[in-house]
Amino acid sequence: MSAVTTIDESPSTPPPRDARSRHAGGKRPPGRTWRQALRRDWQLYSLVILPLLFFLIFRYLPMIGNVIAFRKFEPGGSVLGEEWVGLRYVRMFLNDPTFWQVFGNTIIIGALTLLFCFPTPIVLALLINELRGRRVKRFVQSVSYLPHFLSMVVVAGLVMELLSVDGPVNQILSKMGSDPIPFLQEAGWFRTIYVSSEMWQTVGWGTIIYLAALTTIDEQLYEAARIDGANRWRQIWHVTLPGIRPTAVTLLILNIGTFMAVGFEKILLLYNPLTYPTGDVISTYLYRMGIVSNSFSYAAAIGLFEALIGLTLVMSANLISRRTVGASLW
Amino acid sequence: MVTVDRTRGYQIFRVINTLVLTGVLVVTLYPFVNIVARSFSDEFAIRAGKVNLFPVGFTFRTYEYVASDPTFWTNYRNTVVYTVVATAIAMFMTTCYAYVLSKRHLKGRKILIGIAVFTMFFSGGLIPNYILISSLGFTNSIWSIVLPNAISVFNLLVMKAFFEGMPTDLEEAAAIDGMNTYGILLRIVLPLSKAVLATMVLFYAVSFWNSWFAAFLYMSQSDLFPVTVYLRNLIAGATTGTSVGADATDLTVATNIKSVTMVLTVIPILVVYPFVQRYFVKGVMLGAVKG
Repeated sequence: MSAVTTIDESPSTPPPRDARSRHAGGKRPPGRTWRQALRRDWQLYSLVILPLLFFLIFRYLPMIGNVIAFRKFEPGGSVLGEEWVGLRYVRMFLNDPTFWQVFGNTIIIGALTLLFCFPTPIVLALLINELRGRRVKRFVQSVSYLPHFLSMVVVAGLVMELLSVDGPVNQILSKMGSDPIPFLQEAGWFRTIYVSSEMWQTVGWGTIIYLAALTTIDEQLYEAARIDGANRWRQIWHVTLPGIRPTAVTLLILNIGTFMAVGFEKILLLYNPLTYPTGDVISTYLYRMGIVSNSFSYAAAIGLFEALIGLTLVMSANLISRRTVGASLW
Repeated sequence: MVTVDRTRGYQIFRVINTLVLTGVLVVTLYPFVNIVARSFSDEFAIRAGKVNLFPVGFTFRTYEYVASDPTFWTNYRNTVVYTVVATAIAMFMTTCYAYVLSKRHLKGRKILIGIAVFTMFFSGGLIPNYILISSLGFTNSIWSIVLPNAISVFNLLVMKAFFEGMPTDLEEAAAIDGMNTYGILLRIVLPLSKAVLATMVLFYAVSFWNSWFAAFLYMSQSDLFPVTVYLRNLIAGATTGTSVGADATDLTVATNIKSVTMVLTVIPILVVYPFVQRYFVKGVMLGAVKG
């Protein structure tokens, strides 16, 4: 792979920092060949064999398996499909009105999630940070993390129980004199339910990183701000918020990158044919197309499309943030 | 600080802040309290919408009912077995890879990191995975749950960050004494990494305990299900739970049963949670430093 850049042990001059030497990988010990590296570190390399096999089989093979998006696949036939059909399946889903509906749903649910679930941990972290006693602070944190540790099935179960016709929410409604609402059967409620349960689950856990970032802000900055006559709000605006900005940007990038990957498991558990018009997303649609109706190639084409969008999103978000704020993931 | 904080505006803010955070606590805890109250309540009370924070018509009947279902216990035991086996394998794989990745001098290290990190941003997708697992013959076996999730890249990076932060003197000394890499890892590095190992075990154990989709997808025999799939089938109304005990109270017995099953599924996590929570937080911080 990098045998071209065999500079060998030439201790007199450090290798020039050109593109070639950087490709050789080992910056520290200048120009060690693969053979030498293997002889020296074979025990270390031996440790990566199983993990590499794991990545190869369970992560990279499925990527290759996506060729069935362009091949005709028969259940029980060849794993990689029978014959090339070009872009047939791509054209098929581009002409499928249901696809565009679930595409729109994915974007709307993704955008709503981002809109509500990205800023709330920041706000909550700022509020928790203003609490006085250590004990109280710790208690609030512990409680708010709790929902993060629940299985999605339990979360879905809780949502269903809370919103059932005889559940607590409808109890309150009936006390206020309105009729019970079958929330989970009404398409108009699905996104609200999805986003609010998402918030319930993620907000507390999301504060951890911000609270950590808050503790790293230099106390002297606050001191200086106070001497300049800044009140509490100005301190938050001019010291606290800039202090957590890099963290916030990094998380925003991550969130944008996973924007399309709206909670497949939760939607699968919560939706039903009545709420398909608002709740069905790309991942659930391709699940039904592929696993339930056995249209593997068609579903794979949709899945590949979704994955490519995700990759594009995360790369562009990363690029933009590196250009504008100088923070990036890699 | 105190003098500045005495302003009127800030006092008002503190009151509001306390109220808001109390509200957050209530909203966070309410579903738990409600479900526990339901699990101990009489079915008629639930049906009449009387159960809120406390059980109404306190009864153990539902617990006895759920406990008398052999499938429930089989599935519960499956969850325990799957969690233990999967966590053990995941720990082995993750530790090996993370330790190697933490060796800065290693040739090809960047490539090895890249191989792992790339999978965070691009994955094969559901269908190719499904075809792969099916054609490997993993359906209806524990391997369909364990092997495809043997390394979480996030956990891997956390561990790598920890190993990178360790002082290397001891390792070097051991190497000079003639200890090989495996010995160094087992006898020097791991004993010094108990904190991160504990964190990783918890991360993996919780995620395997909670996982349901892989089992749902690849398993068709109900005696192989983990308890999460049992619960999923209950809430989706697909198991016998709703039709057993055919009397007038069918529907509410089902609600009761759901509550009890949820409580029993969550309980192991709730019990260990207060003690291990700080490890989770530590783990996230480690990951955040080098995310």
